[in-house]
Amino acid sequence: MADVPDHLLQRSLERRKALGLPVPGEEGGDEAPAAADAAPPQDAGGGVGGGGDVPPTGGGGDDATPPPDGGDAGGGDDSGGDVGGIPAHLLERSKRRRAALSGEAAPAAAAVGGGGTATAVAAPPAPTATGPGGHTQRLLTVVKSGSIQQTRAEAQDKVHVWPHLLVIELASILILLAAVTVFSALVRAPLLSLSDFNKTPNPSKAPWYFLGLQELLTMFHPMVAGVTIPGVGLGLLALAPFIDKNPSHQPKDRKFAIAIFTMFIMMWSVLVIIGSFFRGKGFNFVFPWNDGIFFEL
Amino acid sequence: MANGNGNGNGHGPRVRVGAALEKFDEKMRGSQAWTAIFRPGSVYRRGYTDSPRNRSYVIMNNVLYHLHPVKVKRHSVKVSYTLCLGGLSFFLFILLTVTGIFLMFFYRPTEAAAWPDIKTLETAVTFGSLVRNMHRWAAHLMVLSVFLHMCRVFYHGAYKAPREFNWVIGVVLLLLTLLLSFTGYLLPWDQLALWAVTVGTNMMGYTPVFGSSVKYVLLGSNEISGDTLLRWYVLHVLLLPFVIVIFMAVHFWRVRKDGGITGPL
Repeated sequence: MADVPDHLLQRSLERRKALGLPVPGEEGGDEAPAAADAAPPQDAGGGVGGGGDVPPTGGGGDDATPPPDGGDAGGGDDSGGDVGGIPAHLLERSKRRRAALSGEAAPAAAAVGGGGTATAVAAPPAPTATGPGGHTQRLLTVVKSGSIQQTRAEAQDKVHVWPHLLVIELASILILLAAVTVFSALVRAPLLSLSDFNKTPNPSKAPWYFLGLQELLTMFHPMVAGVTIPGVGLGLLALAPFIDKNPSHQPKDRKFAIAIFTMFIMMWSVLVIIGSFFRGKGFNFVFPWNDGIFFEL
Repeated sequence: MANGNGNGNGHGPRVRVGAALEKFDEKMRGSQAWTAIFRPGSVYRRGYTDSPRNRSYVIMNNVLYHLHPVKVKRHSVKVSYTLCLGGLSFFLFILLTVTGIFLMFFYRPTEAAAWPDIKTLETAVTFGSLVRNMHRWAAHLMVLSVFLHMCRVFYHGAYKAPREFNWVIGVVLLLLTLLLSFTGYLLPWDQLALWAVTVGTNMMGYTPVFGSSVKYVLLGSNEISGDTLLRWYVLHVLLLPFVIVIFMAVHFWRVRKDGGITGPL
């Protein structure tokens, strides 16, 4: 029973002492009544409810000793008829039920029908507070150890989100916000002259992230460059997890996937860079250091 | 400890102010309004002392932080692993929303008014130029950060089971980011906007079978016009943000449901 944490065992021990229950290891301790006196009055009333928090028998090794027996010696006198922490009214009810059941089978069956109290009074057997061997509890079922699902959580190396993650998030957000603000204060967003359908600028360029596609337009039919290639590209990208069935996350096992993806990324980057900086008037190839940059963000 | 008259007696005004503040704090925390605002267990009710319990309550009692679990794997808070790219993309989206709402106060999506409105914004509106610049640069940065986030995820193999579906959502988010940026590109209605969008939309006209229909629906006419401006404005400020927020919600939710981020390698 190494599963019960120390602090729970400790709490159980203190609670038992306060209630005057036997302490595992020192059955029916002499100091128990004194401890029970010191306990607040409402504790005596809620003894069973409070006791629910603690394991009923402190440790697996003490199963042979039923707690109520020891409790009689310690806490019996001051808790007003409670036996071993079980309230008197429950014991009384148990006694009545026992009496009803230990009578003839027929009256017992009638008792179920509705005349419970009458039958119980009519056939009172020898009242016993305890069962055979002095037990006040009943064995409901025996659960074999193998049939219990083990749900012991794997120990994980975890940290609290506050402060460990939130501090990082806050810092990164503030840095980014500061960078964007300062950059925006220094660099103005472009605003060219009012749009004019009759004045086509030379060159006319798409936004930078579409310049790869525009670059493809110089090589392929517009349907291929503008629809087929980006469509297939995006489709393959979305299907990547279903194409790459290799379960490993280790780069050394994923050389092919990494190579393909890197080539994919490099292809688009190169196309975007060429489209952005190496295309001049008439979308002809130029060197930016010779002819200047034809590029607006 | 302050006396009623508070004249000298060894107690300076500092002590009295401190005591009064303490008393006020106590009264405020006990008030009905305060307890109505802050849930039971909130650190704003009980005060914050550093304990595992309170660290959990900080996350659990805040709707925004509640996107996070209470605890995460130690390695997943390493900046060198994620480079914060996903979170910063989200932050840029929020920044774009805030600056975009500001811009909406000064902008009318009509052929006659759009460009002069931007000009007025640049020259006559307090902070107008700064906010427009921020909106523009943050937009480009968001395209970049979403793209880099995708690369980061790929190189970590984080698209593999059980995260395949979240990768697909991510590709949709990338596409929506591009569309948001592209629809916003037209709105200043200057030469740059008009012709960049012309180049872009001409390609869409080559979609097989329904090319011309696609182009017509997107432009609201056969060529770019004032109708296009209105249409793209609505797409940019309402429809696409609405859609992307839904996809982002699913994206973030799946990150948690799939067991947090991957790794360590």
